[in-house]
Amino acid sequence: MQKHLFLGVEAIGQGAIDGGMSGVYAYPGTPSTEITEFIQDHPLAEERNIHRKWSANEKTAFETALGMSYAGKRAMSCMKHVGLNVAADAFINAAMTGVNGGLILTVADDPSMHSSQNEQDSRFYGKFAMVPILEPSSQQEAYDMAREGFALSELTKVPVMLRITTRMAHSRAGVVCSEVLDENQLSMPADPRQFILLPAIARRKYKGLLQSQDLFLKLSEESKYNRYEEGEDTSLGIVACGIAYNYLMEHYPNGTCPFPVVKISQYPLPEKLIKKLNQECDELLVLEEGAPMVEESLKGFFANGNPVKGRLDGTLPRDGELNPDLIAKALGKEFFQGYDIPEVVANRPPALCQGCGHQDAYVAMNEALADYTKGRVFSDIGCYTLGALPPYETIYSCVDMGASITMAKGAADAGLIPSVAMIGDSTFAHSGITGLLDAVNEKSSITIVISDNESVSMTGGQDSSAMGKIESICIGVGVDPAHIHTIVPLRKNHEEMVRLFRQEFAYEGVSVIIPRRECIQRASSRKRNQK
Amino acid sequence: MKSDIILAGVGGQGILSIATALGEAALADGLLIKQAETHGMSQRGGAVYSHMRISDQPISSDLIPGGSADLILSVEPMESLRYLPYLSETGYLVTNITPFVNIPNYPDIELVLAEIRKLPRFIAIDADAIAKEVGSSRASNMVMLGAASPFIDIEFSKIENGIRTIFERKGEAVVNMNLEALRRGRAFAEENR
Repeated sequence: MQKHLFLGVEAIGQGAIDGGMSGVYAYPGTPSTEITEFIQDHPLAEERNIHRKWSANEKTAFETALGMSYAGKRAMSCMKHVGLNVAADAFINAAMTGVNGGLILTVADDPSMHSSQNEQDSRFYGKFAMVPILEPSSQQEAYDMAREGFALSELTKVPVMLRITTRMAHSRAGVVCSEVLDENQLSMPADPRQFILLPAIARRKYKGLLQSQDLFLKLSEESKYNRYEEGEDTSLGIVACGIAYNYLMEHYPNGTCPFPVVKISQYPLPEKLIKKLNQECDELLVLEEGAPMVEESLKGFFANGNPVKGRLDGTLPRDGELNPDLIAKALGKEFFQGYDIPEVVANRPPALCQGCGHQDAYVAMNEALADYTKGRVFSDIGCYTLGALPPYETIYSCVDMGASITMAKGAADAGLIPSVAMIGDSTFAHSGITGLLDAVNEKSSITIVISDNESVSMTGGQDSSAMGKIESICIGVGVDPAHIHTIVPLRKNHEEMVRLFRQEFAYEGVSVIIPRRECIQRASSRKRNQK
Repeated sequence: MKSDIILAGVGGQGILSIATALGEAALADGLLIKQAETHGMSQRGGAVYSHMRISDQPISSDLIPGGSADLILSVEPMESLRYLPYLSETGYLVTNITPFVNIPNYPDIELVLAEIRKLPRFIAIDADAIAKEVGSSRASNMVMLGAASPFIDIEFSKIENGIRTIFERKGEAVVNMNLEALRRGRAFAEENR
């Protein structure tokens, strides 16, 4: 048995391949990106010709995976937590249609917002869609769940959610791989109306989904990933979900935990195990990464059972990721708290790379905007969001993928003219095009800066689906070609850039300026690979 | 055997190459590993760290509990101080003294070094200078690994083999230069501990 030292994301990629997956569909997003990258570089994926190209966004990714499932094959869609907001329409309705080939949605949450704009807990989406959720506590479980999740999806006939968090995604541990399963053959759904959610059919399908809940619960209660661990001290019973189980066990090596523990890595919540814990213990402590979802459901509205401690009563912080220290405090354990950080230590925030084209674009924009009152630039999700920080301080918003164009339009509708959108090439392809159409249809006085570095850079330089297509997309959507300009953002072109910005800011209509220069990180890694 | 190590540096300095060499050595020794890394936004020149845990017993948490790290191994002096809350009462801080200045408010380096010298157990080494002496400033991370090696309970020959494994495909000269960097780092630490 060979042990691989896998990141959690790599374990999932390997598990999916070994589970007979025929296609992975994803849009890059930290901390989920490396699942797809791992599959892209995998020799067996090459040999089997597993689909592994990036999708334009999470919604197209999930829908395409659903199409592969329709045709009988096993598929996985991967995204970060906020990506699931984009794919939510498809995901929730896929629980209604059900699957043919096994379908796994892998979603990576980012509590403490290491690289994200919020820390929403995807388990709510799984519960909302009423599908089984798997939440690994180890890289080995991550591998096993990805490999076996397709069969679980085929058994339950719904998509299965595999939920991880940043620490599971980006932490390495030994993983033992199992036998590689064959891919499914092409096969049509037994019921030709399975995927038609016309109201009359949807009502029937929904009743079916509701009836399946008993099966999902039974599977959770019997799951090898959930278990009841006996303990002699019944003054406290602990519910530990996913990776929180590890932080708990850090304090009780070799099975020395005195308290009964229910380890949870599969949902819906295993009722029998939790009821047993509740009966045997005086009070409960819930450890879960993300929102207090389990805690809320155990506490109930009237809180008239055993006391439930966790994030809601202040035993643990309400926000942010867990760690061993927070759990030690929750258990009342004393420990040496290390040395203080000396005051001399300064923050070192991320910054745009030296030589990055976004820098040149911001310097020129600032000069051209000096003639106007401040607060006119709406931005988006990408490296260029760092333009909010000194020395640029150019942008005033960063909300969700594509919101720069639509918010600029809304502000222009309100009378803030000109309003400016700053968006990257990949984000434009992901969710900017529909907003541009709205603006074109109403001849809004906005200038859209598509800062094109020909790459999805913040996540590590993946291929952008807008590569080579931005001008033709803008023309196709209806932007006047006379108001579409491309320029190379270099210091030597500064004056020309400023002139272009000034000219188009003054234009009463939709204009697009495309500063285009390859991401310097991507360029240098491309040159390294060519050597 | 247990070594809980915080690796620290700035995005782009390549602290993960140290982790890889150490990981190879630990695997060859039949030890268990957990290692949490920093990916994503903070890699853009921001502070980065890795929690590396090596043990002959099963490891639960991917993160090292506060006040319990056996070693802080930093390739940048100010960054070494950022993780002091993790250092145990008996732990060592091993740091490069060459500052990586990419922020306007980087403190006076003498103040940073003074804070390092306040610690009961530390090794402050000019890894960049030693790396240049052995042939390339790019070997500075291996100087650092060498300087930390006396405080990690893994046979030194296994760490050498780890370096052979990762630099193998770059040829004999690169392997030897990195091995020399490792040995020079170790010798410095042995003399100055």
